[in-house]
Parts: sequence; structure tokens; C-alpha cells
Amino acid sequence: MKAYRSMVLISSDPISMQQGAQQVFDLLQSKIRSFGLEEEVSLSMVGDVGRHDVAPIVIVYPEAVIYGPVKPDSVHQLVEEHLYKGRIIPEMVASVRELSGRIAWLQARKGTLPAEKRIVLERAGIIDPTSIEDYILHDGYTALAKTLEMKPAEVIELITKSGLRGRGGAGFPTGTKWGFVARAPGTPKYVICNADESEPGTFKDRVIIEGDPHSIIEAMAIAAYAIGASEGYVYVRGEYALAQERLRLAIQQAEEMGFLGDRIFGTDFSFHIHIHSGAGAYICGEETALIESIEGKRGEPRSRPPYPTTHGLWGKPTLVNNVETLANIPAIMRHGADWYRSIGTPSSPGTKCYTILGNVNVTGIIEVPMGITLREVIAIYGKGMKNGSGFKMAQTGGSSGSVIPASLQDTPMDFDSFSKAGVSLGSGALLICDEDTCSVDLAKVLLNFFRKESCGKCNPCRIGTQRAYEILTNISEGTGTQQDIADLMTLSENMNLLSNCGLGQTAGTPLHDILSHFRAEVDAHINLKVCPSGICPMSGRRI
Amino acid sequence: MTNHPSNGKAVLEAVRTAIDKHGNNREELIPILNDINHTVGYLPKEALEEVSRLVKVPKSQLFAVTTFYRMLSTRPRGRHVIQFCESAPCHVAGGRKVWETLLDELKVNPEETTPDGKWTLITVSCLGICGVGPVIVIDDDIYGNVAPEQVHDILAKYD
Repeated sequence: MKAYRSMVLISSDPISMQQGAQQVFDLLQSKIRSFGLEEEVSLSMVGDVGRHDVAPIVIVYPEAVIYGPVKPDSVHQLVEEHLYKGRIIPEMVASVRELSGRIAWLQARKGTLPAEKRIVLERAGIIDPTSIEDYILHDGYTALAKTLEMKPAEVIELITKSGLRGRGGAGFPTGTKWGFVARAPGTPKYVICNADESEPGTFKDRVIIEGDPHSIIEAMAIAAYAIGASEGYVYVRGEYALAQERLRLAIQQAEEMGFLGDRIFGTDFSFHIHIHSGAGAYICGEETALIESIEGKRGEPRSRPPYPTTHGLWGKPTLVNNVETLANIPAIMRHGADWYRSIGTPSSPGTKCYTILGNVNVTGIIEVPMGITLREVIAIYGKGMKNGSGFKMAQTGGSSGSVIPASLQDTPMDFDSFSKAGVSLGSGALLICDEDTCSVDLAKVLLNFFRKESCGKCNPCRIGTQRAYEILTNISEGTGTQQDIADLMTLSENMNLLSNCGLGQTAGTPLHDILSHFRAEVDAHINLKVCPSGICPMSGRRI
Repeated sequence: MTNHPSNGKAVLEAVRTAIDKHGNNREELIPILNDINHTVGYLPKEALEEVSRLVKVPKSQLFAVTTFYRMLSTRPRGRHVIQFCESAPCHVAGGRKVWETLLDELKVNPEETTPDGKWTLITVSCLGICGVGPVIVIDDDIYGNVAPEQVHDILAKYD
């Protein structure tokens, strides 16, 4: 591959595209040519760089200068001043104070912010996701090559030793799961990558696939070799058109290079990957519902056991791993289990991607070692609460996650510390709410989500979510009673105990948390008929 | 979405194109339905009957599948479909006021189409673009960081 003097990257996440990233790219290309710089400057679209408020973003290396938002009419100046004359244009630079995510990390390398630790997002925003050569230059497919020289059992042992735990939310040890599938009788076996990222507020998987699709393909091939599978599926949610396009191209490139398909690296190992698009259903993120959906049916979860590890796709042993889990695999294979264990906490090694949302100054995606606290995330990466308001609560892990009050802000965010505190880490979405957020209103929005997304297969979930929504609506309209609180608590408990799958089992979690931590506020709605935040309609009886 | 082919021929054409592309396996059912829905704008009865015949899936099962997934519609939709994200991250970031403005501007109930057939307004769960909530998607165009006062101008771009 050629060496270039400068590398120019343009963000191409959906927001950037909507803000004219393609036009900026085309103009940059023609301007670079008109200045005769095409041999010296490389130009790539790089997917999501973790920041949308100043999209589209143009990053120029090696200076690591970040311009944004870049409008088509400023492209000429950018090329002439920066790329031709070598002068950075300060007034076009996205302000450092507000940087987050990927860009915060870029700045961190220059010593201005505490560093993130990037493993799964290591290449996202750095390489051209449409170029397999770029991936190879950044150690791509070396982990697969190394894997194929090992015995499958050794691969599973290495992953088990690394302590990697599933990043889909439950935190199940990945190596153990691989072992289950490897030992399960029956062929063929399947590897499924769960990219049906529907948990509200979570978009880490989209960023990984859009920015570094080959890492998922490599990881799936490693997993397939370890468990003895020859077919794999990536189930991508229907809304992620760009991610699907990137994966399709990456699969084609990997097949042409012999990293995928028949006789990989000239060995006897063959592995094919198919992409399956979802059609809009939150429940399809549940692994058995996902399998039903791939089979062309309604995405209704199966009864477990038997688990997919023995009876999965078409009734065969199937490994289902989340995108973020898989993205860790190539790095673990390259650097070893001890290296991975040196990051994060002893019980939850490695890093975790978090999406920061809500009432903070900077929203976006970060990847940090397990064990960081919420207070640190808000202060360092969120750049504090918006408009100087106070922190009231945060919801971790999307709609089914826990609602955390201010008192738990300093609990280390890892699987075990969180479960000890009675809350769950979930998928990594951090919805930060300020004092203007009403807890009853938030609970109502969350239950509305569940009642719509409930697949309707089992009664506790189908009826429970609907009933809880109705009761919360009454409370928000000033017609609630104390009996309602008791009923909600019972509903929450019953849904948890009796529902068939994770959706119903966790639908009551945020409800339970809100009733426990913000009881006084709920009481105000019921006893005083007042919404302290002034959000709920309270139309039933005004005071 | 795209224009609705008024004649049955175009609908059948869309079905055949989708099945040629994906093959007539049961496991390709959802990709096939996705494609037809995108081309035709919804899944008319004659399309489902043709899929049932070619993929050899009973009509009852086909109906069960099409009504399960949000992106598939068995009812005709307006020329433009507005998807409004009603999940918590967008809600907390100011989505409620945007929603009220949308209802005022369009004078239509959720999940319904305006009498002139121009707009269909649907609420959806998270679209994965939460960094810029509140989010609305019109056809294939994404609008992030939407403020209530922008809604009128955004809608005016479509005819």
C-alpha cells in the first residue's frame, strides 16, 4: 500500500450523510485533484466518529485536526490552506472543550483528556471501512491466521482464560458458551452475530460495524473454527442500512482474499457468512426470537431450555454472540489472555462501550475499561450536566436497564459491582436525566415502549406491560391512588417471575427502581395531584 | 416511500424481482417482504398471495409474519412516511414537544394517513441515532436534534 503525506477522513454516519458528507467528500476529491495533491493525500469515508452535533466532520492526519461542521463552501479553503499550504484553520476546528468519544480519544493522545482504552473501537474512525487493505495494515486477519495454527480446544481455552463476558447485557462468560456449543452433539453448527441492536439509546454495534466491519467477520471465523461451524449469520436490524451495506462489501472482499469461504488460508477450514436483515422488532434481539426470525417466522422467543447452544437455528447447536463481544475476539487472540485480564476489573476484564445520552453537554460513544463510575463518565466524557442542572437519575442499558439514583453514581460500572448494588449494566446505554425529568413520565414512556414491543406470546408480559402503562397514565393525570403503587410493585414482580423471556422479565425493572428510589415524587402525583417537575398533564383534577 | 403501483402487474413484478434476488426459501421470507414493501410502499393482498404461492408458505403464516414486524405494512401508506422515535432517550432530550408540534402541523392521529394521502405518521422505537435526539425520519431522510420550531420547515421540503 502507498504511503501518503496526509490522511483525510470524513464522517459518514447517517447524520453526516444527511448533513451533506457525500457532497463534502466529492468536493474534497475534486479540489485535491485540482491542487495536484492526489498522490500525497488519501481521502476516506470512515463511518461514525462518535460525534453528531458538528457533523459532517473532517479529520486530517497526522496532525489529528478535527474540523466540523464542514460545509461544502468551506472545502476550497480547507484544501488550499491546510492540505496545500499546511496551515491549520483555527476557526473551522471543532472546539476541544466539547469533544467526546472517538475524538476525545484522539485529543487524549495529545495529552489533553484522560484516555479511553479502545479495543473494539480501535480502528473505527481510523481506517477506511470499505478497504480490506486498510484493515490488513492494522493487524487485520492476523488473529485468524494464528487461530488456524491452534487446536479448536486451545482457542476456547484462551477465550475462557481471558475472562471475556458477553456484552449483550447478561454478561455470560464467552469461553464457556463456546465450550457448550463445541461439545454439543449434532451437525452442522452455526455462528450467529447478534446485530439487532434495538435497546433504546444503544448504538455501539452500529458504530463498530460501520467503522470496522472486517473485525466482526474475522471474529466470527475464529468462533466458527473453535466450535466447528461452517455457516454463519449476521442478523442486522432493518434500520441499519449502512451497516448492512458495509458488511456485504466486507464479506465479498474477505472471500476474494481467501479469508472467508472455502479452504480459508489454504487449510481444510471453510466458513460462509450470510447477512439477514431484520424488519423492525425489538424482541428479535432476544436470541431465540432472532433465530425464529432468521427461519422466516414471527420473532417470538422459544421456551428455554433447551438453549440455542444445543437446539438453535434449525434445531442445531448454535452460538449467538453480540457484536461488541465478537469485536474483542481478534485482539484477545493477538495479544493473549493475560493482556486482556490486565484491563478492567478482575471479575469483568476488558473494556465496555457506552453511549452517553440525555441532559449532558456532550453525547456520543466512548470505550473505557470496566469499572469506571457514572460520575466520572458524566464529568469527563459528558462534560457535565447541560445548562448547569443537577443530576437526578440515569438509566443504564436501555429501556430494560436499571434506573440509578444519585446515590449510586460512584459504584464501579462492571457486571459484579452492579449486580451487588441490585442494578444491571445492560447494553451500555447511559441515559443521563437532570432534575427537570419527571420519574413518573419516564416510567410511562418506558412502559409504553414495552407494551408496544411485547411480542404477545405470553400473558404476564402482554397484559402486564399494558396494565402498568394504564396505571402510570392515571398517576400522570392525577387520578392515581396508593393502591396503584402496590399494584405496580406486584405487576413488576409478577412480570419478572412469570414472563417467558428477557423482555417481560426486565420490563418491570425500571418501574421497580423508580418506585423504590423516587417514591416521594410518585406520592406527590398521587396524594397532592402535583407533578413536581411540571411535565405530567395532571388533567384529572387540578389544584 | 415510493409511488404505489396502481396496477396489479407492477405489484407482481415487484414480488418476482424480490424472489429472484433472494430465492424462494422460507428463510428468505423476511428479506423478500422487506424488498416488496420498499418497492410498493406496503404489502397488498395480491402481493402476499403471490409470495404464498411462490415461496410455498400458507397465507395464514404469511399474515402472521407481516403483521409482526414494524417495517412491514399491510395497509397503504401516504406518499411520505414520518417515523417519530418515541423511546426514552429522544423523549428526555425534548421529543415530547416535537411530537405535539407534529400532531398540530399534520392534524392527523398516530398510525394514520392524512386525507390527501400525503403523510402517514407512525411512532417507532429507537432508531439507533440517539446521539442526536429527538429524531424523526421522513422516508429515508434522517433529521436529528429536531427542535419544535424546525418541524414546519422540514415538512415543507416534501410535496
